Amino acid sequence: MENRPLEYDYTVAKLFMFTTIVLGIVGMLVGVILAFQLAFPEVNLLLGEGLAEYTNFSRLRPLHTDAVIFGFTVSGIFATWYYIGQRVLKVSMAESPLLMALGKLQFTLYVVTVAAVVVSLLAGVTTSKEYAEFEWPIDIAIVVVWVLWGINIFGLIGIRREKSLYISVWYYIATFLGVAMLYLFNNMAVPTYFASGGIGDWYHSVSMYAGTNDALVQWWYGHNAVAFGFTVPIVAMIYYFLPKESGQAVYSYKLSLLSFWGLMFVYLWAGGHHLLFSTVPDWMQTMGSVFSVVLILPSWGSAINMLLTMKGEWQQVASSPLIKFMILASTFYMFSTLEGPIQAIKSVNAIAHFTDWIVGHVHDGVLGWVVFMIMASLFHMAPRVFKREIYSKSMMNTQFWIQTLGVILYFTSMWIAGITQGMMWRAHDEFGNLAYSFIDTVTVLHPYYTIRAIGGLLYLIGFFMFAYNIYKTMTVGRRVEENELQTASPMGA
Amino acid sequence: MDIAELQAYGYFFLTAFLVFVLYGYIYHLYSSERKGKRDYEKYGNIALNDEVTDKPVEEISKKDDETLKKEA
Ligand code: HEM
Ligand code: HEM
Repeated sequence: MENRPLEYDYTVAKLFMFTTIVLGIVGMLVGVILAFQLAFPEVNLLLGEGLAEYTNFSRLRPLHTDAVIFGFTVSGIFATWYYIGQRVLKVSMAESPLLMALGKLQFTLYVVTVAAVVVSLLAGVTTSKEYAEFEWPIDIAIVVVWVLWGINIFGLIGIRREKSLYISVWYYIATFLGVAMLYLFNNMAVPTYFASGGIGDWYHSVSMYAGTNDALVQWWYGHNAVAFGFTVPIVAMIYYFLPKESGQAVYSYKLSLLSFWGLMFVYLWAGGHHLLFSTVPDWMQTMGSVFSVVLILPSWGSAINMLLTMKGEWQQVASSPLIKFMILASTFYMFSTLEGPIQAIKSVNAIAHFTDWIVGHVHDGVLGWVVFMIMASLFHMAPRVFKREIYSKSMMNTQFWIQTLGVILYFTSMWIAGITQGMMWRAHDEFGNLAYSFIDTVTVLHPYYTIRAIGGLLYLIGFFMFAYNIYKTMTVGRRVEENELQTASPMGA
Repeated sequence: MDIAELQAYGYFFLTAFLVFVLYGYIYHLYSSERKGKRDYEKYGNIALNDEVTDKPVEEISKKDDETLKKEA
């Protein structure tokens, strides 16, 4: 046997870094197309009349949401797990050929599933449930991918050297369990072909739930997809990467534990805020609102913990673009978790629901928090997995400002558009006749839709810079020694 | 009382119970640290000293723990 020193093995992490970037580009490119379609309807015919079926807004919208959620974000979660997991448990994937093989299998199956999703969504095959559009055969594949990931999490934990599970690991476990539970329950469906004895296509299905129950399960799922996809795993990332990159241990470990349980406890009950003024029981709506407001506490608990971690080290924010990304991410996290509860108050929701303000809220959360944090994670990981310096620091800085401007244009335009829309829909004269017709709002909103599209385009350009920077890091970055990788990431000019 | 009302009461009391548990947990965290049973803050170092060759903040096996204590 050769006697090489034990090292972490990032093979699977690298594979998922790759899909994070590729699917990020796909998802956001489609997002930008959608944004331009809303401002300029001609864009629906992007590739001509003949292909309009595949390029229209309704066909592309689920492709956008699913590519950014299940493609980009979930890949980012897997990539960072296969990096952080080994490190905080102090055990290498190389020590377990079985876990390594399962990790690669998970990746392969994941890619196959993504391909099936893209094809089926473009073909218009969907269950029509938001964020749960996939038909049952794809759902089964997704469950297998997820179970393989779970085996890996618990497998690594089983052979760990570090006795205590670092707070990030808790968050990853919660992500795994939370999504498993939500996904299974919400996607329960009856395959119509088999149930009816051969009517229709074999891959079609109808939900097991109906009416109000369906709405309830759907938004219990939808809201917690935000919780366990856009919040919990991203918090896992920042709890590791910010302390590591800045060389400062997390400000208060106790607060991190407390916010963890607080988040778990409160999030699951807040989904009712998506169904205010609908047919679900009144007390459920009220509780949804109340829990949404309470949710500020555990959310801010984590975010403030991150900001305090930088105590006495604020000069790092100025000098390191990587820290900038993370601090901006946690600031946007605070911002969207303040905005959300405000929108969950019934009287505010009466104006905000169905308007662009919600879309604005979604994107200050995902663009400012989720994507920023995932990009920061990959920037931190790149020098360590490729053993090379980050290619260009100045490009990172430029990217940071371009994307920050993009997010600001996106959410400010959507705020104005949303509130204008909400007010115009409600306006009426003294006899109760509506003051405006729908097309009046469309005309008024046009400039804001254009601004949103430009903001989105800027953000996409920034994402291309990110992809290019990582590619260059991988191929031509200066090679670095282990001792340069202790805390702050090495960056070239 | 119909089922919806029952659910609402159930929901309320479950919530109250969980709030109680959560506050209990806060108390547990701070009191076990005050009594010196556990130092939670040291776990923050797990992220900082995370090379595979670094010494774990807390060793996994009991035996190692004891040898550590003897060394100290
Ligand atoms: C370049 C950046 C992006 C642009 C220009 C963009 C644009 C859009 C547009 C135009 C819509 C449809 C809004 C409507 O129906 O009125 C949308 C919806 C959505 N996008 Fe994006 N998007 C971008 C990035 C992202 C990212 C990175 C994520 C998540 C990680 C995301 C998540 C969503 C979600 C969840 C919805 C559905 C919102 C809802 O139903 O309320 N987007 N996006
Ligand atoms: C304290 C935390 C939060 C609360 C209380 C909250 C509350 C809300 C409310 C009230 C809505 C609008 C429901 C409606 O009228 O249609 C909403 C929508 C949404 N929020 Fe949040 N939010 C929070 C944090 C976040 C974060 C951090 C993200 C993403 C990173 C996010 C993503 C979304 C998405 C994707 C939707 C749109 C769902 C849809 O209609 O398709 N939220 N949220």
